[in-house]
Amino acid sequence: MFDIDNINEIWQTIARNKTRSLLTAFGVFWGIFILVILLACGNGFNNGLLSQIEGFATNSTFMISSPTTEAYKGYQKGRDWNADMSDIEAIKKIVKGVDMVSPIYSQWTYNGENNVFYGTKGGNFSLKGVMPNYIDIDRCKVLYGRFINETDISEARKVCVLGKKAYEDIIGIDKNPLGMMIKANGIYYQVVGVVEAYNSKVSISGSMSETVILPLTTMQIAYNMGSKFDFFVFTTARGYNTKDLQKEIKNLLRERHDIAPTDEGAFVCFDFEEVFTMFEFLFIGIKILIWIVGIGTLLSGVVGVSNIMLVTIKERTREIGVRRALGAKPGVIIRQVMSESLLLTVLAGIVGLVLGVGIMAIVAGFVNNMPSDDVMFLDPQIGFSAAIAATIIVILSGLLAGVLPAIRAIQIKAIDAIREE
Amino acid sequence: MLKLNNINKTYFGAQPLHVLKGINLNVEEGELVSIMGASGSGKSTLLNIMGILDNYDEGDYYLAGKLVKNLSENQAAEFRNKFIGFIFQSFNLIPFKTALENVALPLFYQGVNRKKRNLMAMEYLDRFGLKDWADHYPNELSGGQKQRVSIARALVTSPKIILADEPTGALDSKTSAEVMQILREVNATGITMVIVTHERGIANLTRKIVYLKDGLIESIEENDPDKMDFTKAIK
Repeated sequence: MFDIDNINEIWQTIARNKTRSLLTAFGVFWGIFILVILLACGNGFNNGLLSQIEGFATNSTFMISSPTTEAYKGYQKGRDWNADMSDIEAIKKIVKGVDMVSPIYSQWTYNGENNVFYGTKGGNFSLKGVMPNYIDIDRCKVLYGRFINETDISEARKVCVLGKKAYEDIIGIDKNPLGMMIKANGIYYQVVGVVEAYNSKVSISGSMSETVILPLTTMQIAYNMGSKFDFFVFTTARGYNTKDLQKEIKNLLRERHDIAPTDEGAFVCFDFEEVFTMFEFLFIGIKILIWIVGIGTLLSGVVGVSNIMLVTIKERTREIGVRRALGAKPGVIIRQVMSESLLLTVLAGIVGLVLGVGIMAIVAGFVNNMPSDDVMFLDPQIGFSAAIAATIIVILSGLLAGVLPAIRAIQIKAIDAIREE
Repeated sequence: MLKLNNINKTYFGAQPLHVLKGINLNVEEGELVSIMGASGSGKSTLLNIMGILDNYDEGDYYLAGKLVKNLSENQAAEFRNKFIGFIFQSFNLIPFKTALENVALPLFYQGVNRKKRNLMAMEYLDRFGLKDWADHYPNELSGGQKQRVSIARALVTSPKIILADEPTGALDSKTSAEVMQILREVNATGITMVIVTHERGIANLTRKIVYLKDGLIESIEENDPDKMDFTKAIK
């Protein structure tokens, strides 16, 4: 279809009216350009928001015990209760579909005074007692050594993992911290590792980078908590519904702690998945909107091409008639008109695509290098599949734009060329 | 070569117009025929039917022994491309193509490759003394040159028959004479030629003159153009 002769034929007709062709092509160019820019910006916001929550297991739910709100089995309402380690074991054993359960105890620093020291250097950090599996929920990078392990838990070792900031503040970046003894709230712990949070925006009781992490059991002993803890996190296994699991776990805990079956106030739940899903829907919505607006803009460009080509065909009545008289078959005429519209649209579209992608690559370069931590806009570029989709849309719209003019063109008979005005 | 049996043609408009009311005509191979008639006599319609540019309502039309009736667009295009060369009053050259490209166009539709097609087109241009004008666009050519280009275009596919609609209508008498000379030379090579004209002088240069009046053939006159005084023939 696109041998040199055909391209020549098509080019001659397009080049004959350069200004008009250019203006016509601009409509399509603009449509694709806008579509690319919008898509890239949409992705930018998407990436920006995702970067805020990345590194956190998105299928996790926090559950915190809260004073009861209903009287039950002789207990008054407003009774304090706490979940304990046996509850965790029960949840693991009974509730199906729970992937991980991880209890957490954290010691906040209230007064802002230094509470963690290495030698004389100190800093103010919260303490967090966790289980080994916690690193799979609040994901972080291990910079030195290791995370809390099972032996630490079972032996309630006096070891700690420092958050990156704690390590830098009290030990200093150039020193290997492993084996060093630090003092936290008056108790000495041996440093076994340093971790850095992937993300500082979403965290449970403080970013991992800014905490001193201890084995939960050690902390329970140190603070005389028995087998209690502050709250726990569970993650939903693939194929299970988080809401159902929440209900089951609540029911189990109600039974074990004599809480009224209807008491919802005894638990504070934060379903991360719900938030995440909400974001996802938000972005799907934005994306749909972008495609509608983009395609709409493109469509007006296509209508422009179609319109101008109809005028052109009208002007070329005699020429097309002559071609028919000289033996051009209807198929040849259709192909020529379609190719003209296709070439015009595809050229304009590719220029729009390249320019759009190029501009957004430059913008991305600026945005990604911005030092700010609170970026809501990150890497605003379109993916390969979106670029392919845009190209296919350009080609389809080129064909679409050519349909009406082509129909008009084959209605021109050879005899129309002969008829004098 | 060309056989028309009782051809009828009516244009159906607000007022149906019966243009051809039963035309019977034979044109033998190698003949040079002119069709004369007043404006509205149906001569152009007849030529259009001969050229398969228009269809007819009744009768039969045989071209080179083949019945031309109810052809599809594709068949008609193929027939025109293979058998017929057209020469128009207003030349109908494509303005944005050079003389060479214009002549090569029918070959393009035959699927002849570029090299061969340009070679052939150049050959025909050369034959009509237009070799040096091959790269010129129609608006850079004189009327006579344009008509010579269009004659070259009509001949490039080696058609069986040339149909010319007022070929000298837009030319002055001197160039008219030249063009007629060329057409006669072409005819002398054995190509059948039908010329529609309303100029007596042009008709006098053909061997057979068909007079058309009100959609019917009034008379057919045998003519010997060699007897005519050439300068007198075209006034």
